[in-house]
Amino acid sequence: MSTFPKNSTVRQVNENQCQICMPLGAVIALRGVSGAMALVHGSQGCSTYMRLCCVEHFNEPVDIASSSLNEKQTIHGGEANLKKALDNVRRVYAPSVIGVLSTCLAETMGEDLDRILLDYSKERDVTGVDLIAVPTPSYGGSHTEGYWAATKAIISRYARPTESHRKINVIVPHISPADIREIKRILGLMGIEYTLIPDYSMTLDRPYGGKYQKIPEGGTQPEDIAKMPGAPLTIQFGETCPDNLSPGLWLQNEYGVPLVTLPLPTGIGAMDQFVEILTKITGRPLPEELARERGWLLDAMADAHKICAEGRPVIFGEPELVNAQVRLALEVGAIPSVIATGSADSRLAVSLEPLLSALDEPPVFLEATDFSAIEREALAAGATIAIGHAGGRFLTERHGIPVIRAGFPIHDRLGGQRILSVGYAGTLAFLDRLTNTLQEIKHATYRQLRKAEMMHTEIPEGV
Amino acid sequence: MEDLCTLPAGHAAPLSERDRSIMTAGRSKTAIHCADDSLAGSVSQRACVFCGARVVLNPVTDAAHLVHGPIGCASYTWDIRGSLSSGPEMYRNSFSTDMKERDVVFGGEKKLAACIDEIVEKSHPPAVFVYATCVTGMIGDDIVAVCKEATRHHGIDVIPVESSGFISGNKVVGYRAAAIALMRLITPKEGERIEKTRKLNFLGEYNLSGEMWLARRYLQEMGIEINVAFTGDSTVAALKQAPGACLNLVQCTGSMHWMAMQMEKEFGIPFMDVNFFGAENTAESLRRIAKFYDDPEITERAEALIARETARIQPALDRYRQKLSGKRAAIYVGGAYKAVALIRQLRGLGMEIVLTGTQTGKKEEYAAIGNLLDEGAVVVDDTNPAEIERFLTEMKVDVMAGGVKERVLAYKLGVGFVDHNHDRKECLAGFDGAVNFAREVYVTTCSPVWKYLKVPPEDQHEVQP
Repeated sequence: MSTFPKNSTVRQVNENQCQICMPLGAVIALRGVSGAMALVHGSQGCSTYMRLCCVEHFNEPVDIASSSLNEKQTIHGGEANLKKALDNVRRVYAPSVIGVLSTCLAETMGEDLDRILLDYSKERDVTGVDLIAVPTPSYGGSHTEGYWAATKAIISRYARPTESHRKINVIVPHISPADIREIKRILGLMGIEYTLIPDYSMTLDRPYGGKYQKIPEGGTQPEDIAKMPGAPLTIQFGETCPDNLSPGLWLQNEYGVPLVTLPLPTGIGAMDQFVEILTKITGRPLPEELARERGWLLDAMADAHKICAEGRPVIFGEPELVNAQVRLALEVGAIPSVIATGSADSRLAVSLEPLLSALDEPPVFLEATDFSAIEREALAAGATIAIGHAGGRFLTERHGIPVIRAGFPIHDRLGGQRILSVGYAGTLAFLDRLTNTLQEIKHATYRQLRKAEMMHTEIPEGV
Repeated sequence: MEDLCTLPAGHAAPLSERDRSIMTAGRSKTAIHCADDSLAGSVSQRACVFCGARVVLNPVTDAAHLVHGPIGCASYTWDIRGSLSSGPEMYRNSFSTDMKERDVVFGGEKKLAACIDEIVEKSHPPAVFVYATCVTGMIGDDIVAVCKEATRHHGIDVIPVESSGFISGNKVVGYRAAAIALMRLITPKEGERIEKTRKLNFLGEYNLSGEMWLARRYLQEMGIEINVAFTGDSTVAALKQAPGACLNLVQCTGSMHWMAMQMEKEFGIPFMDVNFFGAENTAESLRRIAKFYDDPEITERAEALIARETARIQPALDRYRQKLSGKRAAIYVGGAYKAVALIRQLRGLGMEIVLTGTQTGKKEEYAAIGNLLDEGAVVVDDTNPAEIERFLTEMKVDVMAGGVKERVLAYKLGVGFVDHNHDRKECLAGFDGAVNFAREVYVTTCSPVWKYLKVPPEDQHEVQP
């Protein structure tokens, strides 16, 4: 149980959502498997809304099929539609994996995905395509839980007893494609052999060129996923991941693969923790390139600390990202004013408690919250800057608090897929955004503020 | 290239069931198959009933919009449309009853009632629209009863919207659900009387980027007042005065035609279709409105306005026309009225329309579109990314007009794109909008980026390693 102040925001109505729905997270995780296509068993609207949301964030076509259930099927069952959808997806997209995601509607109808998929495989004598069912009713959790549930379902679908090998497992939470690429670069520099999942670093951020592919190239290979039980260990960036959804915990329990749970490697402490484990595995020192990047980050932290100390960030979004950003903020002396997540079931409070309970002014902590609460608490706590997704836009529009865009979804800026915040270099890039936004506020206001203070004049509107 | 743009209707679709939803202007012998359920697994660009209802009602600025269901439906539709308000901002919030598993098992009526109470207590809206979603429809929550009780309890309009997503994948069904909710709102209560005026209502106008305000300026200049728009920049109080209008203009016919017919039946208000997209359409619409009022002064002012504005924008349009002449355009939009307007506008810029499609068109609308287009142009209903990809590449399209999902695909294929959707931020209506539109078409069609991006021919049919 957490002891630092925790504000209950449990009301009946949710006003301006901080989270999205469960199947959306599963769609993103599925993009991290080679040759995979997502099929949503539900109303046509579900898949279209998810496509819209992904398209606006990633600026990439994200085709999601739907069984397009209508009134008739809600009475007679959606099996025939789902089978037809599978036929059509296979004809048009020729996927090697189809992830079938349930929705509120399908679950409420009592559709048995596993049975339908089994029947389908028998009836059609399906070869060359693996079908994976993931139950993701929107009433069961947010996109964060959907992401973990799908990742676990994918691993448990392929994993099989394997002889021990050297490749470690790396399981990443919902981060940007650029972050995944950076983690892979670090692993490469350290000389580590690994299987990273889900790897949507190329599928949700495709370079331009070549013939357009309906299913983009990239993603974790199923044959590599199959061998994950033979890994010497699993690193899961998932301090906030609930046990029942944890893919790493599942591998440990089922196959005895030791699980190392780490925070996302954002910030010097978390990144040091990550490379410490890696150096233990390889027995080699930190490569010079990473040592230099570490030095640059430290140098920048010294340069930025006084500016950062003026920031009182409100940090919101998915638990694992919030966990990482709060750690970074604390490292540079920007004490968070409000920490918030829309997710209800994470271990975020447990993870942050040791860091926050010691603070003179502990931040307000909001869980399963909405933006009406975040906005209210941010104002009350004197937040000067925000870190999070586009849902925070009213903080800027109504109160002039700038939002450093991070996380998902970001539909009001370009480049959500390229936001980098992991590794020494990625942290530095992110820290520069934070510092310079604070600088921008300072330069825009300090003359008028000093004048108002010293000469007792009124502070002009907007300062 | 001639053989490429004469795509035979019989072989256009990757899925053979879709063939009959694609026709070739001047060549197809049978009518297009449309207004049906989407083909499962086809990756339709359509949405759902809830989406249709929410689009129509959300611009009511001072109402609270409460989505009764699990969180997703509210998250996806929070403040995503570009309808502007001259005052209240309530409509930009998205309320959800955020149903959890226990609510699905035990029913969500109590939670719904509690949510309405909280909203009314905190924000005092003059009305609350309560949207049903798939789950609440499935479990049989009686939202009508809950809304009735809340109306009585709070003394404001709490209006159920029967918008369970599964009822149809066709937004048009959602438009109807919204229209029924609006009729419920505007029908005078017993003993109430709404004075008849010389003002008009503007139906199917959502004030995207202030387009209603522009139309109002034109009409005011002619000496005509807008009573209320459905629903751009409308308030609950203003909507309740709707029965007092002497005429209903209907712009987005897909969303508001039924509403106009109902209002004619219930309140005796005649209606006429208008279209403010493109200079010609705008001029034509203003003339028809003037004719309805049958007042020489109004007609005279309308003609003066049209002459002045047309002369003012013509040089700009001519400039863009010079740059755009002969370029090839594709259109894929929600409804037919917009498709027709776009065909006219793009043609006016000297462009060739090689593809036109809609999500929700009806047979007679497609027939009209087919007649407008040159022989060989393709007409498509409820298309999907695989077909769009094929059309855009095979038909050598230079620019496409449509919605967000089509935009990213067009860009991936090196094709320019015009945003003619609900989240657009530029005014595309009226005379000024015609210039803005031409400018946007020019900027994207003739952008320097394409010369770096255009896929070299040798890559067109080769899979890159």
